[in-house]
Amino acid sequence: MNFDHTILTLILLTPLVGAIVLALIPEREGAKTHHIGALVITLITLLLTLHLPWHYHYAAEPGSFQYEQNLPWISVPAIRYHLGVDGLSLWLTVLAGFLAPMGVLASWRTITSRTKLFFTLFLLQQVAMLGIFLSLDLFLYYGFWELSLVPLTLLIATFGRTENRRRAAIKFFLYAFIPSAIMLVGLLWLYVRTGTFDFPALQNLAASHSISPNTTALWLCSLSFLVAFAVKCPVFPLHGWLCDTITEAPTALAMVAAGKLGLYSILRFSFGIFPEQSRHIAPLLIALGAIGIVYGSLLALVQTDLKKLASFSLLGHVSFIILGIFTFTVSGVDGGTFQILNESLVGAAFFILLGLLYERYGTYDIRDYGGLAARHPWMVTMFVITALAGIGLPMLSGFVGEFLILSGTMQSIVAHHVVWAVVGTTGVIFSAAYMLWMIQRVFYGSIGHRPDEVHGWDLNAREHVELWAFAGLFLVMGLFSPVWMRAIDTYGTLTADKPTRFEPNTFRHIETETYEPTASRGFVDPTLGAAALGKQAPSANKGARY
Amino acid sequence: MNTSLLWLIPILPFAGFLLNGTIGRKLPRAAVAAIALLATLTSGAIVADLWIYMKSAGAPLALAVTSRPWIAVTGFQVDFAFTVDHLTVIMLGIITGVGFLIHVYSVGYMAHEEGYWRFFAYLNLFMFFMLVLVLSSSFLLLFVGWEGVGLASYLLIGFYFKRDSAANAGKKAFIVNRIGDFGFLLAMFLLIAHFGSLSFDRVFSQIPMLDSTGHLATSRCASLPCVIGFQPYSGGFLTAICLLLVVGAAGKSAQIPLYIWLPDAMEGPTPVSALIHAATMVTAGIYMVARCHVLFDRSPAALTVVALVGAATAIMAATIGMVQHDIKRVLAYSTVSQLGYMFLACGVGAYSAGIFHLMTHAFFKALLFLAAGSVIHALSGEQDMRVMGGLRKRIPITFWCMTVGVFAIAGCPLLSGFFSKDEILYQAFTSPSPVGKLVWVIGVLTSLLTSFYMFRLWFKTFFGAPRFDEHALAHGSHGQAALAPVHTRSDTTHTMVAEPEHDSGQAAHSHGIHESPWVMTVPLMVLALLAAIGGYVGVPVAFGGHNEFEHFLDPVFTAYSSGQPTPEPSAPAYQAISLTAIAVFAFALGLLTAYVFYCRKQGRATQLARRFKPLYSLLVHKFWVDEIYGALIVSPLLFASRWVLGGFVDTAIVGGTASAASGATKGLSQITRRMQSGNIRSYAGWLALGAAAVIIVVLFGVHPFHH
Repeated sequence: MNFDHTILTLILLTPLVGAIVLALIPEREGAKTHHIGALVITLITLLLTLHLPWHYHYAAEPGSFQYEQNLPWISVPAIRYHLGVDGLSLWLTVLAGFLAPMGVLASWRTITSRTKLFFTLFLLQQVAMLGIFLSLDLFLYYGFWELSLVPLTLLIATFGRTENRRRAAIKFFLYAFIPSAIMLVGLLWLYVRTGTFDFPALQNLAASHSISPNTTALWLCSLSFLVAFAVKCPVFPLHGWLCDTITEAPTALAMVAAGKLGLYSILRFSFGIFPEQSRHIAPLLIALGAIGIVYGSLLALVQTDLKKLASFSLLGHVSFIILGIFTFTVSGVDGGTFQILNESLVGAAFFILLGLLYERYGTYDIRDYGGLAARHPWMVTMFVITALAGIGLPMLSGFVGEFLILSGTMQSIVAHHVVWAVVGTTGVIFSAAYMLWMIQRVFYGSIGHRPDEVHGWDLNAREHVELWAFAGLFLVMGLFSPVWMRAIDTYGTLTADKPTRFEPNTFRHIETETYEPTASRGFVDPTLGAAALGKQAPSANKGARY
Repeated sequence: MNTSLLWLIPILPFAGFLLNGTIGRKLPRAAVAAIALLATLTSGAIVADLWIYMKSAGAPLALAVTSRPWIAVTGFQVDFAFTVDHLTVIMLGIITGVGFLIHVYSVGYMAHEEGYWRFFAYLNLFMFFMLVLVLSSSFLLLFVGWEGVGLASYLLIGFYFKRDSAANAGKKAFIVNRIGDFGFLLAMFLLIAHFGSLSFDRVFSQIPMLDSTGHLATSRCASLPCVIGFQPYSGGFLTAICLLLVVGAAGKSAQIPLYIWLPDAMEGPTPVSALIHAATMVTAGIYMVARCHVLFDRSPAALTVVALVGAATAIMAATIGMVQHDIKRVLAYSTVSQLGYMFLACGVGAYSAGIFHLMTHAFFKALLFLAAGSVIHALSGEQDMRVMGGLRKRIPITFWCMTVGVFAIAGCPLLSGFFSKDEILYQAFTSPSPVGKLVWVIGVLTSLLTSFYMFRLWFKTFFGAPRFDEHALAHGSHGQAALAPVHTRSDTTHTMVAEPEHDSGQAAHSHGIHESPWVMTVPLMVLALLAAIGGYVGVPVAFGGHNEFEHFLDPVFTAYSSGQPTPEPSAPAYQAISLTAIAVFAFALGLLTAYVFYCRKQGRATQLARRFKPLYSLLVHKFWVDEIYGALIVSPLLFASRWVLGGFVDTAIVGGTASAASGATKGLSQITRRMQSGNIRSYAGWLALGAAAVIIVVLFGVHPFHH
């Protein structure tokens, strides 16, 4: 039986029907009915999403959508039920499918009351995420985008950790909702101008410069999209909601709160519909990305709350991706897209691990911990593996993305790219500093006062399964990245400015703008300038924390 | 030679790591050790086979194997690929040979430790990454090994993780190495931007084709170097790349300004210090510079920097080493100093001399560390030389092995260190490098200091009256209680705590000072033999030798060179001999001074220290470099992060916009609440206003997005 034409609908329907079913099952005290139900549904969804890469035509025309389903929904305005995947969304869909059962497993112990509400909303969130990745109709997409806000807000307000949860929920909602409302205006303007919500159609119009001759309006429209996405990522300095949301959110939601949705939307819609505007604004975004890497890592270095540390670490990782995709080089875009996968996995594993600590000792304060390595040898192993994947140790997944992003930045033709490549690369130092510092404070040294009072246990079977799945993925993605890159590269080569193939005769000369103060760009990179003069590179011995 | 065997060289230790790392906890100790030893030994056997093959006549210059791509995007690809040439074979031999001996030694040394399985798992992990490092055929795969050995080093330094100092030292090592990696990464990004590849062969083969402006000139003529007027390119972006590579090498090989992690790394168990922090990992930087000699040869500026950094590191570390009291710290600074020597050699273009010293150093420094470990083992964990003394008769095998090591490193004629050091000094003196003479002077001075501090260690440890309390050693679980008074008297704040966990399980059968078991002494004796005779593969021509070592490496260091090979600088024989005489004199003077200070007239050293108090204190505190870095870099950075970024930017600006947004919303809601007054007449008013607005828009065509 050939699923190919209905598979995407099946992927969306399974969690939706599941949510309805779970909402109808009565809740009983202490029973795990809803846990098991949610796990089964999410596992089925995962299996369905795995169908996509399995039967994907890698050799198909780049940029074409596969498994398409395109049905009229509303005739006026012309809204269609249009779904499809390409190299960009293929693995992101699988990622969403994978994270859901992990989220259910992570909630196994922590969610004990109001399980019906929790898992129903959790599955709705899942529907929204998958819908965002699969929709090719802008209106449909917008519906899923707004849907993704509601369950998260409600869940934070209901299941938040401290009494601060209401405020955090409102903050999150405002941050996410106001830009989305402005984006709706932009969306409608697009429809008024072009008469279609269909993404491939809009993309073609954009490619032929025929969306609108009014550049100002086009600019405003592109900004309304970009700002909404950038807040959701979040891009520095729009990350005001991140810390509170992550601190309050239960583990399963912290795993999906940030990153991929906004980044995917930038890649798909900002780059697809507003290619010129995106290129014009790239220098700003590259700068914000590079600054965000350093900013996030430095702030992670001085946090005393593990969740805050994780959220600033997340900011740093997302900034890496922003830096990469806005270079518009093949390496940068490919690396950035790959890094979305890695960042989501590392972030999720990290939140799960922090959740395990919280389950055992009831605190996220680093100062309460210490010396746990002797007690939890497996947990420390998992923490170290996750941290190493996060800081980009070669052979684990983080390295591939980071390396391609930074190397893409160095190849970019955007002004000051060498500076931003250098600034971004300092992130490898700072991220190692905060991760190792965190591991040392929690696991090494003498036993902390909280573990002294409470006796926690090492990983149980469920936690082993969950964490080994992540650890295995880190290693496999680090070693066999071409498996993923095959699909991603079809998107990257289309989006990037030009293929960075180096023909011997078309040698590009970064040094012409780097070494000569009189270069037309009027910019000299201090490090390399110093290097050319035979001095020690000034940034070499800065920034360690030991 | 079946080239697919090459894959097995690193994979076997990795398999050992996986086995011991996952199920090692449940295995008996003998099984854990057997797995680790077997993995290393089998790799070593393959390497031996490879060595024989490469030495045989008619062997190719390099063996290469390629597997699947690792990272591939349009326009850039890196494969899993290994290349073995003569340089790699030497490195492989050192790593598996010395590595295996140290594995054997560890079986005895770690016999009573908790976490035995963990130790051997990490040791095998280290072997895996180190072998990948030297086998790789591209910068990126080299970087895999590079970071990986850093990880293994982090795990092994922090092996006694319950101790804060060990955890700190591990973290410091990793982060300082990351600063080096930062340079390495930037160098790779520049290489990709300029050459479009990271494969050694593809990068190096493009270098001779760069014309004087740095343009790749293949289009004009296939054999350009012979075209008249062709100026080979040097400097420019190649200098930038080389200097960034030097930053990386300085991190890994503990050179100024990034050497600070290596002395602290002695917190790890002693076999780790011997294997990772003396014989193999720390020499990766020298290997990398030698591997990239094609790039460095085109950048005289970068080479000069390498030579100066090496010379400065050599002498600075030697001066610090003179006044340390911890036996392992003396050896650590000595390692830094010797690495500086190797850097110096590379900096004057004498790559094979650098690699030669790398090899002999691996022998005698591993020997010295293992012998020091044997001393520490004998004293149940004590590392302070002030409470040693008179051990010569008590642990004779250790003593004799240590003696060979001390004489070898000090440059005693006819032992290995003499030949390699002499070669470096000779090359420095005769090199055309603008700083050649300067670094030669520094090199000779360093050699004098080396001889002094090594004999100081020798005399203080093995001669004179015993200064330890044997009774306490025999009954305490380790030496701490007995030595407490000494430690409180000590004027230095930097005395390292002895490995307290070491031998903690040994109290039951502790019997005072004892010679180590045979598993520890046999590797010592093998290494002593190597340290004694290892230099004979490189006897220079001036002494009737053939310098086989250099000729063995010739194919590596003359590859990719354009045009005619540069003729050998033919120095007269008397020059070589007089230079050697100076080196021997430095050795003898160091020996004599140490003898006078620490054997003949004990107390003279203390007097001197008192007289030159500021100088002495400067040395004891290691030039306050750690403190300076802390005050200038770490503290300001943390301060800025915590208060400027965290306190001001994040709260006031980023959080401020959030507050402003929520404030605005509140304001809006106030207005809308007013609108919803419940008064039907006000609703009607709003309705009328809205209708009027609609009419105006319709009539006058005020279209918000109309242009």
